[in-house]
Amino acid sequence: MDQKGYRRGSFQSATSDEDMLEIAGASMDFSMADDDPPLDREMGGFSSYNGGGVNGTSTMMDFLEEPLPGVGTYEDFNTIDWVREKSRDRDRHREITNRSKESTWALLHSVSDAFSGWLLMLLIGLLAGSLAGLIDISAHWMTDLKEGVCLAGFWFNHEHCCWKSNTTFTDRDKCPEWKSWSQLILGHGEGAFAYILNYFMYVIWALMFSLLAVLLVKGFAPYACGSGIPEIKTILSGFIIRGYLGKWTLVIKTITLVLAVSSGLSLGKEGPLVHVACCCGNILCHLFTKYRKNEAKRREVLSAAAAAGVSVAFGAPIGGVLFSLEEVSYYFPLKTLWRSFFAALVAAFTLRSINPFGNSRLVLFYVEFHMPWHLLELVPFILLGIFGGLWGAFFIRSNIAWCRRRKTTRLGKYPVLEVFVVTAITAILAFPNEYTRMSTSELISELFNDCGILDSSQLCEYVNDFNSTKGDDLPDRAAGPGVYTAMWQLALALIMKVFITIFTFGMKVPSGLFIPSMAVGAIAGRLLGVAVEQLAFYHHDWAIFSGWCSQGADCITPGLYAMVGAAACLGGVTRMTVSLVVIMFELTGGLEYIVPLMAAAMTSKWVADAIGREGIYDAHIRLNGYPFLEAKEEFSHKTRAMDVMRPRKNDPPLTVITQDSMTVEDVETIVTKTTYSGYPVVVSRASQRLVGFVLRRDLIISIENARKKQDGIVSTSVICFTDYCPPLPPSSPSVLKLRSILDLSPFTVTDETPMEIVVDIFRKLGLRQCLVTHNGKLLGIITKKDVLKHIAQMANQDPNSILFN
Amino acid sequence: LFSQAPRMFAQSSRNSASPVLLLVLLGCVLCPPAWASKSSEDIRCKCICPPYRNISGHIYNKNVSQKDCNCLHVVEPMPVPGNDVEAYCLLCECKYEERSTTTIKVIIIIYLSVVGALLLYMAFLVLVDPLIRKPDPYTQPLHNEEDSEDTRSLAAVPAPAGTRANTVLERVEGAQQRWKRQVQEQRKTVFDRHKMLS
Repeated sequence: MDQKGYRRGSFQSATSDEDMLEIAGASMDFSMADDDPPLDREMGGFSSYNGGGVNGTSTMMDFLEEPLPGVGTYEDFNTIDWVREKSRDRDRHREITNRSKESTWALLHSVSDAFSGWLLMLLIGLLAGSLAGLIDISAHWMTDLKEGVCLAGFWFNHEHCCWKSNTTFTDRDKCPEWKSWSQLILGHGEGAFAYILNYFMYVIWALMFSLLAVLLVKGFAPYACGSGIPEIKTILSGFIIRGYLGKWTLVIKTITLVLAVSSGLSLGKEGPLVHVACCCGNILCHLFTKYRKNEAKRREVLSAAAAAGVSVAFGAPIGGVLFSLEEVSYYFPLKTLWRSFFAALVAAFTLRSINPFGNSRLVLFYVEFHMPWHLLELVPFILLGIFGGLWGAFFIRSNIAWCRRRKTTRLGKYPVLEVFVVTAITAILAFPNEYTRMSTSELISELFNDCGILDSSQLCEYVNDFNSTKGDDLPDRAAGPGVYTAMWQLALALIMKVFITIFTFGMKVPSGLFIPSMAVGAIAGRLLGVAVEQLAFYHHDWAIFSGWCSQGADCITPGLYAMVGAAACLGGVTRMTVSLVVIMFELTGGLEYIVPLMAAAMTSKWVADAIGREGIYDAHIRLNGYPFLEAKEEFSHKTRAMDVMRPRKNDPPLTVITQDSMTVEDVETIVTKTTYSGYPVVVSRASQRLVGFVLRRDLIISIENARKKQDGIVSTSVICFTDYCPPLPPSSPSVLKLRSILDLSPFTVTDETPMEIVVDIFRKLGLRQCLVTHNGKLLGIITKKDVLKHIAQMANQDPNSILFN
Repeated sequence: LFSQAPRMFAQSSRNSASPVLLLVLLGCVLCPPAWASKSSEDIRCKCICPPYRNISGHIYNKNVSQKDCNCLHVVEPMPVPGNDVEAYCLLCECKYEERSTTTIKVIIIIYLSVVGALLLYMAFLVLVDPLIRKPDPYTQPLHNEEDSEDTRSLAAVPAPAGTRANTVLERVEGAQQRWKRQVQEQRKTVFDRHKMLS
């Protein structure tokens, strides 16, 4: 038998302390990694273990009391045991509270333990806000780098370059310090050749940025690609993905997010910001023992960090908390609500003090108008909602089909080439149209803007009648030629964005979905708004308009239509409800527009749900086969536990371990021959009465450690899981007591339990496995993977698509 | 308890040294921009005045404080005669803006230096590292196959008996080897087997 996992060291007690220090020193490097190191590295770190195998029984007692490092940690791509983690935290808390009565030092320790959560939230907010400020400023600068450079200081973007100089009213963007590339190279900016040169430089810069992004991702942190929200949802439901929230992923994601956004691709930065914030949360958890050692507590912190991430993306702290509650988190205790809010506020405040946009706003497209709307306008708003729902369902279907093709066919073998081609197509198609050339955030900002006298953009080129203007209040006016040009340019931009986003989301660069969907919705909304406005202007004598929209009044605000359209499309894709409305109303700064936003969001969710049940993130979770037990859906079939449990009728019987009659060699055979993650412990094979459950990882670590450190443990030593082991003849080798790693309270159900209840138990308690008994005897086991496969089978999906344990 | 305390402290301090270092570095780097004093060229009051009768539109910038940021203080010289000033000023919109050029400069320079450092490191790993590693008999080439256990077990064995494996260089090399293996695993999962993140 291959003894790979069971090496015996030649352990001599004479050199025990020195050797141990050396091994301990070597292993300390390994444990510097963010997450717990994998299995066989843990063998050295025994600095908390006093003395080698020198004293007999006393060390055995020590061995039993102090948990070995490695016991209680998890393998990569496994699910945590929520019940065990929560009870461990309660034990720890109880111990600290009991000890706090002994001395002032212990009291201080307990007080600092209580405060550590709040300190951690503060640090997370600071770090997330600073990183968001860095991302905003750098992305803004690099986006403008594609068009030109500032001679007064290369670090200024276009707007900041022209800050100091005197610009004219009509040419607000032109100033002598800012030179476009053709002006720099050729000396002048006019003419066909200059245009071609600008075009060429734009495409070259876009390609350079995206290639650099994908090379960095591939070379340093492959986990940094994609949006991150589906994986974070899975992690928060209890899954472990080592390295996904690590230092390198954080650095690479921040850097490549800026590059990807600046390259003009049709993606946003909100989803990746959530990932960045969760990485910050995970890294900062390592400063506090309470969160470093306990996976369940760590996930509470990650929920709060996700809230901070959305808060800095939209400048919406409350929306961030609700987003974390609704979309990302699995278990959200009330304590986490208050702490998430604190973290989101700190993050928003930090970002505000960095002031990336120069106007004390956190988002580029903050809306500042408060024009009233009329009840009859609900009809176009609901139309926008229907459009949002239809587009959302269409986008999810086509994106999943494209991603599946990328996963299964040869297309997936050329990620760098794919990014290159998509960027080239996007850049080449985007440059000619002014509305796709500007960054998507700027586009949304311009579309949300209500046209006043002071706006000189093409979209606001209405026919002005200056004699009738009173102050800043402009009436509805006829559209000038500029508006018509803008309309068809916007229509082309809409078509381009609808199709190119399908191929962009899911590429091997950090890509978010919020901004492109908001852009699609904003363009559609603005088009509809201008159409309604012109209709009201030219036909103000129709019955529907005459009541409230007389000539000379300002009744239709196309900017509001753009906002409602953006909310509808975002809701259609992500199926967010409350969080979407709250984010949008925090963006507008007022409650006036809550009714239109809610109407559009509800309509789009109903329409999209009628076509396809899942939002984009759930669809990606299903595509990747993550073991995510959906908390929102009802299980409505009449199967019972015995239909799902393993072993099935024709399978070999359940692999069990007896409580005091198996030897070390027997257990090792079982562990190497099977790949189960845990084994039930029974009284005896004949009776099959349940004692407890023991995990594979704990067994391996304990047996290896016992072979190395304990006296007299050989292959024929009996393993005993009880307190009082049966007496053995004096010539037999010493007994290995493994009572400490046995879980004495495994969850059991009877075989007649309906699967509805079993699924509910798995969801509510976060179990990994559940034992099935019949008349008190152990019959089988149901794992989370079995439950997921069963649900997939019942929904007529492929049960083999669940890939992970 | 007390005999274990220094050892536990050493271990925990080693565990938390790296993130603490990261935090301190980040703090040093990010605090100066946040506290940068506003130089006088970083504030302005911007008044935009639209076309009015036969006067074309104009933009006025002036370096005044927030309480003086209105049409009367900023628009100079006033293009309309005295009785029209009020009507003209009603049309103008004045906004107070401030920015911090130091923050922008520092952040862009940090960003570019990090990108530059990463590019250099990538070039080093791709070009220079294989040349250095070749003559060393103790290191194994990293395969892409499933024999990661062999490489892991090999790395777990300490240096030949007698030499201290704890010099800084050796530890850095060990950490770098481990990190490279981790990245390779991740690359296999995401790019080759398409198990995640498709």
